Amino acid sequence: MIGVIDYGTGNLASVTNALDYLEAPWRLARSSSELLASDTLVFPGVGAAGPAMARLRATGLDQGLHEFLRSGRPYLGICLGMQLLFQSSAEDDSSCLSYFPGQVGRMATSEKLPHVGWNTIDVSRSSSLLEPWNGKYFYFTHSYVVQPAEPEVICAVTDHGGAFVSAVAQEPIFGVQFHPERSGRDGLQLLARFCRLAEEKVRTLAG
Amino acid sequence: MLAKRIIPCLDVAHRRVVKGRHFRDLVDQGDPAELAEAYASAGADELVFLDIDATVEGRATLIDLVTQVARRVFIPLTVGGGIRTTDDMRELLRAGADKVSIQTAAVAHPELVKAAAARFGSQCVVVAIDAQRCGPGWVVLTHGARQGTGLDAIAWAGELCRLGAGELLVTSIDADGTKSGYDLALTEAIAARVGIPVIASGGAGGPQDIVAVLTEGRADAALAASIFHSGKWTVDTLKAELQAAGVAVRI
Repeated sequence: MIGVIDYGTGNLASVTNALDYLEAPWRLARSSSELLASDTLVFPGVGAAGPAMARLRATGLDQGLHEFLRSGRPYLGICLGMQLLFQSSAEDDSSCLSYFPGQVGRMATSEKLPHVGWNTIDVSRSSSLLEPWNGKYFYFTHSYVVQPAEPEVICAVTDHGGAFVSAVAQEPIFGVQFHPERSGRDGLQLLARFCRLAEEKVRTLAG
Repeated sequence: MLAKRIIPCLDVAHRRVVKGRHFRDLVDQGDPAELAEAYASAGADELVFLDIDATVEGRATLIDLVTQVARRVFIPLTVGGGIRTTDDMRELLRAGADKVSIQTAAVAHPELVKAAAARFGSQCVVVAIDAQRCGPGWVVLTHGARQGTGLDAIAWAGELCRLGAGELLVTSIDADGTKSGYDLALTEAIAARVGIPVIASGGAGGPQDIVAVLTEGRADAALAASIFHSGKWTVDTLKAELQAAGVAVRI
């Protein structure tokens, strides 16, 4: 069962609608115990880092997340759900989950911010999740970007007046800056592929 | 590189898509959910729903519609019309809207823009500006373009940006419904003033108008209604024309 993290401020309908459309079973994870009872997690973060981390701490979800991320189970972080995996964010000057070394900073670009709209991803290293979508368009809406301290976690980059990191992975932990749940057919197919990869991983862990 | 966006707009009243936003005579254009699905599969980059009813009864209908559409259409949805409070916004976002568009309420209470950006993030907050030519510049109209405000549209755009708006939806009241092209000077002046994306609206008659507003007019996205509703252009045939003209679009 996929747990969809609900920390009370994000808009979950887009992701849960997409999972329903794909007929992938899910339930909300509102507490640490619900989160740890899930065999796969999707974290559709929307909004600002500060309030999100404050809510995660207030609900104890942060502790559950620390444990889950080290358990070898699959995780997909979308937008803020990827950014919070890093050590700290310049947005609201917040400390985050510190799963990946590195920071989140405001995008350095001569172009407009927020970066809103459809942009292509350049899959920069072999990734079981992203490979089929090299050069394809996905929907982005953000002003902050991850700056991994370890370049080997970078899976894809995107150009917006300079390259920024648009996907990271240390399988089975995946993070994408774009919104697959709002990226039309390609986005739905990417989510379906994540669900399949997650199922295989969970079977291996159980076996 | 970021693609230029093509955004069909669905003006909704009494559960139907209608034409004639700034006019009294509304012409039925079809079922909102069916049109939304058709536009999305033809390659629309986003959809905008505007509740031109904006009554209490209309609001419940709109939420119901957003809920339905969000289960079938997986591209960003923006919803506007009669939104007055952040609780109104919360309701629409919970129903599955990705962004809300406010206009009259932003003029009456500019702090609403700031409160919305703080509560949901700027990425959710689209502010619409209805602008009409006046002397050398443009003034802002509200209440379905029936009421003047005396605000200078370019200065107002700058103020909205400062308050935390994530995008501006700029409609030329002079061009709206004419099908004779967007007001390029208007979008160009606003794009030069603000650092956030500008969606141009009003006046699209064909691909050449859209090419012009996305290049010369410096808009990031073009909103259009009647050229799609009439069946004259589909999103994919339009995008093919744009691509041929050298505009980066998602095909």
